[in-house]
Amino acid sequence: MKRTVFRNRWLPYALVAPQVAITVVFFYWPAIDSLRLSLYRASPFGDRLIFVGLRNFERLFGDGAYLRSAFTSFVFAFFVTFVGLALALFLASLANAKIRGLTVYRSLLLWPYGIAPAVAGIIWLFIFHPTAGLLPYVLSFVTTYQFNWFLKGWVALALIIVAAIWKQFGYNLAFYLAGLQAIPASVLEAASVDGAGPVRRFLAISFPLLSPVTFFLFTLNMTFAFFDTFGIVHAVTQGGPGDATSLLVYKAWKDGFEGLQLGLSAAQSVILMALVITLTAFQFRYAEKKVTY
Amino acid sequence: MISITRWRVVAAVVLVACAVSLPAPVFAKTDLQWWHALQLVLGERVNEIAAKFNASQNDYEVKAIFKGSYPETLNAAIAAYRAKQAPHIVQVYEVGTQTMLSSGAVYPVFQLMKDNNVAIDWNDIIPPVKTYYSTGGNLSSMAFNSSTPILYYNKDLFKKAGLPDKPPATWDEVEAMAKKIVAAGGKCGASAAWPSWTLVENMHTWHDQPFADHNNGFDGLATTLKINGNLGVKSMEMLARGVKEGWFTYNGRLNKAEANMGAGECGIFLSSSAFMGNLARQAEGKFTWGTGFLPRLAGFPQGNSTIGGATLWVMKGAKPEEYRGVAQFFKYLASTENQAWWATVTGYLPLTNAAVKAMEASGAYEKNPNLKTAVNQMNAGKTTANSQGIRLGNYPSIRDAIEEQIENILSGKKTAKQGLDDAVAKGSDILKEFAALYK
Repeated sequence: MKRTVFRNRWLPYALVAPQVAITVVFFYWPAIDSLRLSLYRASPFGDRLIFVGLRNFERLFGDGAYLRSAFTSFVFAFFVTFVGLALALFLASLANAKIRGLTVYRSLLLWPYGIAPAVAGIIWLFIFHPTAGLLPYVLSFVTTYQFNWFLKGWVALALIIVAAIWKQFGYNLAFYLAGLQAIPASVLEAASVDGAGPVRRFLAISFPLLSPVTFFLFTLNMTFAFFDTFGIVHAVTQGGPGDATSLLVYKAWKDGFEGLQLGLSAAQSVILMALVITLTAFQFRYAEKKVTY
Repeated sequence: MISITRWRVVAAVVLVACAVSLPAPVFAKTDLQWWHALQLVLGERVNEIAAKFNASQNDYEVKAIFKGSYPETLNAAIAAYRAKQAPHIVQVYEVGTQTMLSSGAVYPVFQLMKDNNVAIDWNDIIPPVKTYYSTGGNLSSMAFNSSTPILYYNKDLFKKAGLPDKPPATWDEVEAMAKKIVAAGGKCGASAAWPSWTLVENMHTWHDQPFADHNNGFDGLATTLKINGNLGVKSMEMLARGVKEGWFTYNGRLNKAEANMGAGECGIFLSSSAFMGNLARQAEGKFTWGTGFLPRLAGFPQGNSTIGGATLWVMKGAKPEEYRGVAQFFKYLASTENQAWWATVTGYLPLTNAAVKAMEASGAYEKNPNLKTAVNQMNAGKTTANSQGIRLGNYPSIRDAIEEQIENILSGKKTAKQGLDDAVAKGSDILKEFAALYK
């Protein structure tokens, strides 16, 4: 690698300064500020700031609702990531086959990613609305079971899981499709000659060769499920019924922005921050070693 | 070379900074920022008010700016205040009242008017509104859009079920009528929007039962909810039974349930009196509807319904001449002409007795008797220590805790008593946090 030497010793600093400034102002500053705020009982207008040590964290971990919210978030992230990736991989394999109308088929599969989360939420609301929606109407011909997710928690949770998978689907698919196309045809042909069927070829060749893509998508989907699903929850369920869909990120927003309990909300974002740091560190420390690039 | 460029950059930055901080050129009119949270038709009405006031004089220009939902508007104002860029006037919903009162960031309205020698007949403001937003008999914020929950009923569904064209007066009647509506093929016998507000908060004030200690927070910061008493348990048990038996339908938080009423699905419905404008539009050509008082539960005394909506708060930190403009603007808002117009076009309560009389005189009530229901209901009610209103710190979080438990009760996950006990425990914990802040 060629080493670049700057003649002026300030120039390199000047060149990285904007990036550093952005990182400091938009990432480190807010992060440190929430860390500080999480130790206080703070009034909305900032006129009262009482140091309370770890009381906010104590309140959170002593609160059944918060623990349930954490559990719900893990269930949610698990399903969104695993089911989402499995589905994307399956359909990518199909879309990789040589069939007629392939470009149309592929474009249609990629479509959902172009829709804003809040809009996606509204569309889902129209489809699933217990009394006005399309799906409950269709289902009413099949079963008498009431899928009213205004009152049934598991239906509401399933609904936002499906919505989140659908939302992230195009993105996952695009990566898997690109990954599949990068697998050399010669390897697959050699396997065919050796008598491996499509399933065997997939399990022994394609899937292992896709592991870098899977690894990347896994991290990305986990992050998405934990931190980027606010829009869907806000548009569809608002955390309800009860607290069945109150994900950690939604609860942090609600306690902070609607409830104006700033210290408590800051403590929640600190926990989320710790979670994402752990997740990323764990990923790069352990998972990466087992990945074939 | 480099160092010259560097100095140029520094010079440019300094110049830009100077340009930005130069005092703005003096305009003939003083700008007054009014941040609000009303959209669609209501937002247009707000703009109309500002335009009319601006046209009525030459010294001040009120700029009405939509800042998103109520919580979003409040958050925007808080951020702006902390950055010393606060708007002059901000509209805050009723659940933010205690937050504003405790904030130390507001200029009480009665003081503002006194300091600027603008006389408003405060005694003419209708009692429920006045008590709700006053401390020590003095109005802290300018009453603006106030509503109260009332009962709506779908006349077509009533007819179909063979019921007389008369709203139910008691919950027993609601039950009996809703059952008939469902038996006649109706999708939703009875339902309600704003669940905590209509089914818990007003259920308590309307039956003269305490909602929180210290007279619902009017005589000091409340620290305990009282909703797990006899009335709370009884009403929640009734509603849970209603869901089980199919005559009561739960249709979500906030005003989500209004979509069902607007679509003509519900026979009996509780919501804000300000829902009237939208309902009229949605029902047009499809079904007819009427209004009535909130239903009563047998065996409890008469209280009053409490108000919702929002008021206008004046923020500290502006210049005296700007405050003079705000006082003038409020004088315009309080004028009978503006009040009568506002109440007629929105369904919000007319805030002064003079405006009620003006509406009677102009025939607005004769043309649309439903406009009068909310006013009549509040006049028929008795304003007591339990029904003057509810003033709680962190109120939005408390509402949330209550609605969570309403959902658990109605879905049968918890008994009424258990759910309400849990709501009280959580709500009281939140209240104590707030009280600790302002010890």
